Amino acid sequence: MATAHSRTAARLMLSPAVILLLLWMIVPLGMTLYFSFLRYNLLMPGMETFVGFENYYYFINQPAFWSALSNTLILVLGVLCITVVGGILLALLLDQPFWGQGIVRVLVIAPFFVMPTVSALVWKNMFMNPVNGIFAHIAKSLGLQPFDFLSHAPLASIILIVAWQWLPFATLILLTALQSLDREQQEAAEMDGAGWMQRFVYLTVPHLTRSITVVILIQTIFLLSVFAEILVTTNGGPGTASTNLTYLVYAQSLLNYDVGGGSAGGIIAVILANIVAIFLMRMIGKNLEA
Amino acid sequence: MGKITLNQVRKSFGEVDVIPGIDLSVEDGEFVVFVGPSGCGKSTLLRLIAGLEDTSGGIISIDGMDATDLPPAKRRLAMVFQSYALYPHMSVRKNIAFPLKMAGMDPAEQEKRVSHAAKILNLGAYLDRRPGQLSGGQRQRVAIGRAIVREPAAFLFDEPLSNLDAALRVSMRQEISELHQTLKTTMIYVTHDQVEAMTMADKIVVLNAGRIEQVGSPMELYRSPANLFVAGFIGSPKMNLIDGAEADKHGATTIGIRPEHIDIGGDGPWEGVVGLSEHLGSDTFLKVNAGTLGTLTVRASGEVMMHHGDSIRMSPQPGKILRFGADGKAMA
Amino acid sequence: MARKASNTRKAVVTIAAWSIGFLIFFPILWIIILGFKSEGDAIKTPLQVLFSDWTLQSYHDVQARSNYGRHFWNSVILSVGSTVIALAIAIPAAWSMAFVPGRRTKDLLMWMLSTKMMPAVGVLVPMYLLFRDFGLLDSRIGLVGVLTLINLPIVVWMLYTYFKEIPGEILEAARMDGASLKSEILYVLTPMAVPGIASTMLLNIILAWNEAFWTLQLTTSQAAPLTQFIASYSSPEGLFYAKLSAASTMAIAPILILGWFSQKQLVRGLTFGAVK
Ligand SMILES: Nc1ncnc2c1ncn2[C@@H]1O[C@H](COP(=O)(O)OP(=O)(O)O)[C@@H](O)[C@H]1O
Ligand SMILES: [Mg+2]
Repeated sequence: MATAHSRTAARLMLSPAVILLLLWMIVPLGMTLYFSFLRYNLLMPGMETFVGFENYYYFINQPAFWSALSNTLILVLGVLCITVVGGILLALLLDQPFWGQGIVRVLVIAPFFVMPTVSALVWKNMFMNPVNGIFAHIAKSLGLQPFDFLSHAPLASIILIVAWQWLPFATLILLTALQSLDREQQEAAEMDGAGWMQRFVYLTVPHLTRSITVVILIQTIFLLSVFAEILVTTNGGPGTASTNLTYLVYAQSLLNYDVGGGSAGGIIAVILANIVAIFLMRMIGKNLEA
Repeated sequence: MGKITLNQVRKSFGEVDVIPGIDLSVEDGEFVVFVGPSGCGKSTLLRLIAGLEDTSGGIISIDGMDATDLPPAKRRLAMVFQSYALYPHMSVRKNIAFPLKMAGMDPAEQEKRVSHAAKILNLGAYLDRRPGQLSGGQRQRVAIGRAIVREPAAFLFDEPLSNLDAALRVSMRQEISELHQTLKTTMIYVTHDQVEAMTMADKIVVLNAGRIEQVGSPMELYRSPANLFVAGFIGSPKMNLIDGAEADKHGATTIGIRPEHIDIGGDGPWEGVVGLSEHLGSDTFLKVNAGTLGTLTVRASGEVMMHHGDSIRMSPQPGKILRFGADGKAMA
Repeated sequence: MARKASNTRKAVVTIAAWSIGFLIFFPILWIIILGFKSEGDAIKTPLQVLFSDWTLQSYHDVQARSNYGRHFWNSVILSVGSTVIALAIAIPAAWSMAFVPGRRTKDLLMWMLSTKMMPAVGVLVPMYLLFRDFGLLDSRIGLVGVLTLINLPIVVWMLYTYFKEIPGEILEAARMDGASLKSEILYVLTPMAVPGIASTMLLNIILAWNEAFWTLQLTTSQAAPLTQFIASYSSPEGLFYAKLSAASTMAIAPILILGWFSQKQLVRGLTFGAVK
């Protein structure tokens, strides 16, 4: 395919994308790294001094950091549990023949297309509101005391909202994987006397493993950066009960104007995301070979 | 005009020398077939000529002009690919006209040439269809049509028939041969099928591991293969190769005798037991276990009725035994 | 399996699947319904809501109160604009990597992907300061740039996986037929890749439309798209359920429709071709 001629052309055509992404990678990230070593407050411009790792020290040693870290992990793990388990069950269900398959599929996928601010506000007001929300109406009709979700279980509520948004993604991918299952292989196993359960355990599950891994890794990338849902529902509160790392960095840098501290937090978030990214890249890289 | 000369042309992919160095000349109007086992570098050689790959060394000249560094479009060559490589989003008419459009030819002339090509190739009724709506043979014809409208200096074919079923392959083979008779343009045709090579070529180039084993007319290769590789590759069923005591008798390391050059019956010098007999109707092929000679394939007439376990005697036709030395080369 | 499932079984599955589908879709259905109710009715119990009168009042209110049109157009301009620019940059790049692969092509692809893995918050501070210093805060130009960059890796990847499926021989044929590089891409590759390019475009518009980090951080009013506009309902005054519902319905309807067209591509795009 390739001649020197086409290789030169290829390099030329590749360069805009590469240069742009390179700049996008290096410039802001380099600035964050640089700021993270400065004492730099937006309210006191011109007073920047080099302080070494001090910002990191203070960022990590504030109580909010540890709760943000644990909130981040709980949020990620909680949503992953719900979406993966729910996604597998739902995909298995939707893979069966039934009437109206196409319509149900569309209904199930729909939440993924709802913008985060809409889904967060709808859940917050129309469902979880302790006075006018549907859950409150239901509780009252059963003679129970309405529960104020976002005040008393803020993180769990956010997990529910985010899980609702991501369940379609997991379902869709696992359903796609199920549908690419080799029917002849299944039939061969049936001829060999494997029952429904055995076929599921020995053929379906291994086939799904890869897709489940992809779902987990990709969702993790996005879930580490959940932001809008927190901003419009709880503002990270009460206290720091629903503050995740992303929100903490935002609060520190743009609400408290502490650029140095926020940058240190940003770098920590990058490191955390990269740990996940490495696994994800391995998976996808392997797939490239095939 | 379409004379193509290769001078010490080399190609390596990274560390691997796929073509270590080839000298070859293709005369104007000649039908040359590159034949050899899969992976021997036939396609690579053809793509070097086409300009789809850069050479790693050597000179390719077309009509006496150095074309080594010319881009494919400038070489005045047309190529027919194994997968046909038709443009799926264009009608047959547009496919055939594409090279003309690229050359900036005026639409009226384009149309004239397209209908001319369509007539030669019997595509008139399909001009407004998409390639996806055509059968394999028709697609092949469109690919050829696209090649001929340009009136190139030479045609390059890379295993053009290998995606067709057996019957179609035979008829397309004949069509391409007839096309060559009509156009009298140089054609270089790559195949791994020695039957195609024998039936179509003016000149066969036998390739093995990137090297030329022999160049010659089909009958030259059939009658006097230069070495064991060519002897084994050309001819169907394969030539019988015998070594050991029988070869020693002829003063050779290995002797070869084609299945059609062994007569059965009478009191021939060789004897054996029929292992398998295949009746094709016109011919009968016998696999004979002939003791120290090994297993021999013998071609007998279709009337011969032999069965597993029958004992027979065989005699090689006089003058048909080929002798090969220890280096595998044919001996005079 | 070619066997016919029994009808009883099929009926049971049908009921289960429809119930779950309905539950998952219910919040969306509910905002569509509430959008056509009066504010007073919208906070009543679900049954009362269903049997109350229908009205277009909230749609009028939303349009009147809040420059809804501007935010809608901002969303359109940001998502379509960033997508078109990303495609213009990505098509040549994907062509190069798919058809003239080199030793480092794979590494390059992986690297591009890795830029997508960088959490936005890691560059929040400098981006905010850069935008402030260049006067780009609350401007559409700046945001189009950011949205282009954050989605560029996905666009390149999706196009790459689509281009990979186009046999290279066809492009070689075009080259033999005398096509220049430009003609090759314009007349042969692009038309063949139209389905792939279209679905890449669709998915990217969806992602950009719903992007809710940078749009919230870098806009306030002038350039604010619907994500930011809807977020303004997080601290409202008075009754607002019906208005929020009407505004939300208008904000998600275009994307729901586009999304239904792109289910399959969604999988491929969001998994970077790892699941097809
Ligand atoms: N682009 C390439 N990169 C590396 N090796 C290649 C490439 N193209 C072909 N080869 C190698 O060159 C040899 C000859 O290939 P090819 O010319 O396609 O053989 P043929 O057409 O005779 O079957 C093969 O071993 C093949 O693996
Ligand atoms: Mg080949």
